[in-house]
Amino acid sequence: MLIDIQQANANAIAAIQASQPVLKGIGTALEVVPGMKKNLILHAGPPITWEKMSGPLRGAVIGALIYEGLAKTPEEAEKLAATDKIEYSPWHEHDGVGPMAGVGTATMPVWILEDQKSGRKTFCTLNEGLGKVLRYGAYSEEVITRLKWMETVLAPVLKAAIPLAPEINLKNMIAQALQMGDEVHNRNKAATSLLIRELAPAIVKTSFPEADKARVLEFMHSNDHFFLNLSMPAAKMMLQAAEWIEGSTIVTTMCRNGTEFGIRIAGLKDRWFTGQAQIVKGLLFPGFSEEDCNPDIGDSAITETCGLGGFSMAAAPAIVKFVGGTVNDAMNFTRKMYEITDGESQAFQIPNMEFRGSPLGINLLKVCEKNLLPQINTGIAHKKAGVGQVGAGLVNPPLKCFEDALEAYVEKYCKDE
Amino acid sequence: MVISHLIKKQTYFDSVTLMLIGSQVKKLPGIDSTVVGMCTDYNIDSLKRLDMYQSAFDSLTPNDLIICIKAADKQTADAGIAEVEKRLASRKQTSGSAELPPSSQEEAASRLPEANMVVISVPGEYAAREAEQALNNGRHVMLFSDNVSIEEELRLKTLGVSKELLVMGPDCGTAIINGTPLAFANAVRSGNIGVVAASGTGLQEVTSTIHRLGGGITQAIGVGGRDLSEKIGGKMTLLATRALAEDPATKVIIMLSKPPAESVLKTLYAELKNVGKKIVIYFIGADPKAIEAQGFIAAHNLEDAAIKACDLSTGKKHNSEMSEEQIKAVAASSKMTGKHLRGLYSGGTLCDEAQRLLQPVIGEISSNTPIKGCKEMPDVYKSTGHCIIDLGDDNFTRGKAHPMIDPAYRAERMLQEIADPDAGLIIFDVVLGYGSHLDMAGEMVAAIEEGRKKSGRKPLLAACICGTREDPQNYAQQQKILEDAGIKVFPTNVAMVSFARHCLERNK
Amino acid sequence: MLKDFFGKKVKVINLGIASFAEDLRKQGVETIHTDWRPPAGGNKKIQALLDRVASWQSKVKSAKGAR
Repeated sequence: MLIDIQQANANAIAAIQASQPVLKGIGTALEVVPGMKKNLILHAGPPITWEKMSGPLRGAVIGALIYEGLAKTPEEAEKLAATDKIEYSPWHEHDGVGPMAGVGTATMPVWILEDQKSGRKTFCTLNEGLGKVLRYGAYSEEVITRLKWMETVLAPVLKAAIPLAPEINLKNMIAQALQMGDEVHNRNKAATSLLIRELAPAIVKTSFPEADKARVLEFMHSNDHFFLNLSMPAAKMMLQAAEWIEGSTIVTTMCRNGTEFGIRIAGLKDRWFTGQAQIVKGLLFPGFSEEDCNPDIGDSAITETCGLGGFSMAAAPAIVKFVGGTVNDAMNFTRKMYEITDGESQAFQIPNMEFRGSPLGINLLKVCEKNLLPQINTGIAHKKAGVGQVGAGLVNPPLKCFEDALEAYVEKYCKDE
Repeated sequence: MVISHLIKKQTYFDSVTLMLIGSQVKKLPGIDSTVVGMCTDYNIDSLKRLDMYQSAFDSLTPNDLIICIKAADKQTADAGIAEVEKRLASRKQTSGSAELPPSSQEEAASRLPEANMVVISVPGEYAAREAEQALNNGRHVMLFSDNVSIEEELRLKTLGVSKELLVMGPDCGTAIINGTPLAFANAVRSGNIGVVAASGTGLQEVTSTIHRLGGGITQAIGVGGRDLSEKIGGKMTLLATRALAEDPATKVIIMLSKPPAESVLKTLYAELKNVGKKIVIYFIGADPKAIEAQGFIAAHNLEDAAIKACDLSTGKKHNSEMSEEQIKAVAASSKMTGKHLRGLYSGGTLCDEAQRLLQPVIGEISSNTPIKGCKEMPDVYKSTGHCIIDLGDDNFTRGKAHPMIDPAYRAERMLQEIADPDAGLIIFDVVLGYGSHLDMAGEMVAAIEEGRKKSGRKPLLAACICGTREDPQNYAQQQKILEDAGIKVFPTNVAMVSFARHCLERNK
Repeated sequence: MLKDFFGKKVKVINLGIASFAEDLRKQGVETIHTDWRPPAGGNKKIQALLDRVASWQSKVKSAKGAR
């Protein structure tokens, strides 16, 4: 095969950069998500079975089954979850992404993003907020009630508002947020503010009861991470543009399900390369210790895969308060990532690095050659379902993912060497 | 004794930097041992041997740095750690710009695409791969690394020859290419003498002497000690010789090596006969007559090679910087304080040369690198009888930088010899030039003065300075430091060894 | 031909001992020092896989260049 890797990767990165993810609307999962079924549970990370799931993901599955009306009690839900009546599939294989446990089911409302360049769509549920929420594995009545409110009030209001608002190009919004101290993984405050600013007048213009509109605005405002559920599918949209360019060694997916970490490579269509999800190292909220931590979980590493999150740490010095360290450390984390990427983002520029584009296009070969792993900056979930976030910090994928991917790549392309 | 340690994960420094810092910090009061190194199998063994291994090291990899200090008390040990960190930090700064330095040859090449030479001094097991990459990218290679297998060397040199690219090494410490000194090399003016050498300090001694005699060089090409072995067949020697033959700037060629393998000699002589320029050959230890019988000019020693080449280069006769009479006169006014000679060399070829020239005169000489006719030292750490030692040899440089970079062990050994009543004359080389310590004379004299004070002994001392006045060290100052300390100073190893011979004869 | 290299300015990539690069810089020789570390973290298996990729790419680039 006469494939020039440098060229293939350049094409991949160009395709990623050309993507224009725009907020199109809101839909119901069963109606808009490809392959969605009534008994299908979409989740974060690479493929996993019920038996292997960690606490937060199990809890989220239980909560989702109750929300969907497929089980009446947690005990029933647990029994049902273990049977083959319930199917599980990664969001990534359905053009979507989910934060933390990332559980998505038929009745849930989802953001719909569209790529202006290709017409492709990506999806993500709406962010519930902090504390006892489904994505941390909580399944109490309070959780279900909130999910129902989101389905019956939040989603319809936003769905009606979006067409009334100016078109929201998420790439541009993220680019602006980056210049306001966000990195759109662990810090989304500025982006959330920008989103509310764009949608607020439109929300007001819709014909829902005043109380509902006010509640919707308050809901978004009370959650600094509301935008995360848009930054993630936006990043997914961009990276999907490189799938599946023949011969390219660019990493298009990094994600975790709480048990395993999974990556995918542009030139190795549909193949998952997995390894053990690592324990996140950082600062824990008072009262929690390392024993309480669940291994790394969530599709939010898609942000790092796209040059955001940990790769843009230099743009978000405030992050260091969570991950421990100095502002210079934040800068150095970004600097290091240039060693394993092939390109620099045109859209995502970092002000205190002379507006240099963030490191874009993780090259599998460079990761292996330099034994330097992508740096992820993430929240830490309690290992017990439903307790919630216990801290934030730094984590890397296991090297095994990249070693396995390299072996598969050589097997596919370099048989004769 | 207390042991303190600090681990720096994923932090890499080259071994020389680490060993030097470890060696410097070891000198601080109260510090017993230091190990500053990457967590390699070798360093783990050292730590265990020194009873300094900590269980915290179990999970480390060769990419992690260990700083481990054994000292009289915790305060001192911790202070030692802090000192090491300070020195490491300042090293990173001096090499830094705002941009992180490249971490691979490929990255370096993308930043300096016009590079035409790759100097490789990484651990031997990785060196061949880097050399191959360099050659595949059309760049010449200076392969300083040792522990490269002969099979790898053959592969690299075959590749190099096919592309007409230099592969200087493995274990090549010296070269001067297009006027640029590489690794350990002296500042030598340009002229019309080309040198091809399978020896580092031999090349340094010859080129420095040429410079001091007023001559100059076109190229000084190191080919590595095994190039003229049967397996390698002289590939680089032949490539270099052909190029110098065709080089209009080169008028005279010097060839320096141990005697080549028989199978290679035939081809080599045939090739040299086609050169059409004057060739001076010094096959160390070979019979000059056999070389002359082939129609070439044979040198009797390193100094002689330089003189003969200068003669041919200008058509005028050159003399040794010190005549035999002058050397005899210095010997006449010197007295050995004991029966035996000790030689503490940093240059391997100079050590060999000393053995070769003295063996017929004083009979039994022992060495850690004995030439034919000399004996192996039973214990390299204890000199007995006449003893001429190569301190740059492997048994002394494990875990330590080469004596030309770090004089610490040689200085320590000097103390030991001075205290030995049996050591009547101690000779040593001071090799100047790029790569070498900036004040070797000062370091050796400090040790000598300490030795004299501690032992009350004042053995006869002689040194030779291998270098030029253009070298980064101050030649005149180095000479003065030695002379002021009562050491007899000579311009070449040959002169110093001649002095030693006269002293030994008078002492019989 | 090797002899054509004689007389050209030497420009160096230095891998390993930092002082070699420092000495070259002092003499005004264009030098780039590399913060070298063992490839693939010292993992020989991965190194071998990377070498196969490099070897393949070398051939691809030559073939493309020949066109």
